[in-house]
Amino acid sequence: MMVSTDPMHQFKIGKLFDLKLGDLDISFTTSALWMVIGVLLLIGFLALATSKTSTVPGRMQSLAEIWYGFIAGIVKDVNHAPGKPFVPLVFSLFSFIFIANLIGMFPYFLTTTSHIVVTGFMALFTISLVIVVGVMKKGFGFLKIFVPSGVPFVLLLIVTPIEIISFLSRPISLGMRLFANMLGGHVALKVFAGFVPSLAVALGGIGMLMGGVLVMPLIVGVTALEFLVAFLQAYVFAMLTCVYLNDALGEAH
Amino acid sequence: MQGLNFVGAGLACLAMLGAAIGVGNIFASYLDGAMRNPSAAPAQFGNLIFGFAVTEALGIFGFAIALILIFAAPGA
Repeated sequence: MMVSTDPMHQFKIGKLFDLKLGDLDISFTTSALWMVIGVLLLIGFLALATSKTSTVPGRMQSLAEIWYGFIAGIVKDVNHAPGKPFVPLVFSLFSFIFIANLIGMFPYFLTTTSHIVVTGFMALFTISLVIVVGVMKKGFGFLKIFVPSGVPFVLLLIVTPIEIISFLSRPISLGMRLFANMLGGHVALKVFAGFVPSLAVALGGIGMLMGGVLVMPLIVGVTALEFLVAFLQAYVFAMLTCVYLNDALGEAH
Repeated sequence: MQGLNFVGAGLACLAMLGAAIGVGNIFASYLDGAMRNPSAAPAQFGNLIFGFAVTEALGIFGFAIALILIFAAPGA
């Protein structure tokens, strides 16, 4: 008997109903459904938490305040005063990624952030924003980020191409990081979980018992680690957005 | 020559070795510094995560090459 324990099956996206825009396929998929659910959860929670605001915050309100204060703190630490208009953007990015990662931790729910089309778009959007803001604020002076000051001319011939390559690889690494972490973590979870049926098939009842006793603590541990990664990757994305925005906002380095 | 793609994908996983050494170094150095001057440690947490993320990216480039070799290689 073969037990199907395909770890990639969980990432399959299904169509809920068909939509066509000319030749473009814009069908409403399960991925879109989970993103909508995530956004609705976020809006619902934040609206509920801020509906009855008081000077001494209740439980819901203080959670929302800590959440917002955490992101505002990152932006303040990295970008200082010029970063203030970008707090809502970074807050939205962080919250969306965090809620999508958390939704993905539930069995049978789809992890939308484990698809590079989602994370890649967010990364491209972030870098495009940096370029637009940089050009608006500094004009051609924005190109100075490729020419570090205080470097001898001979070294500049080497440093400038490296700076350009490093700038161009940012959207790739930003999108790939979130995608690869979520994909890798969920594949690892499913592979470990697949040990149980494999053992059961190989050894019968004893295998099932062994799988339960040996593998279960392992899965619990990896799941706890995945919750940490879910938060950490959202934090890293928010932080890198701030750091990259600093190129557009801050002083030339 | 399909099989060689998989050999290449396996070799690309060596990027993990470098990323592992790098990430280990970053956290080790952070702990080293934090133990010497615990009061200065929280202010450097952002730098720690930034360094971790940038180092990890290099391992992820290896993962990307493995994915390309398996799913999108020109010869496959």
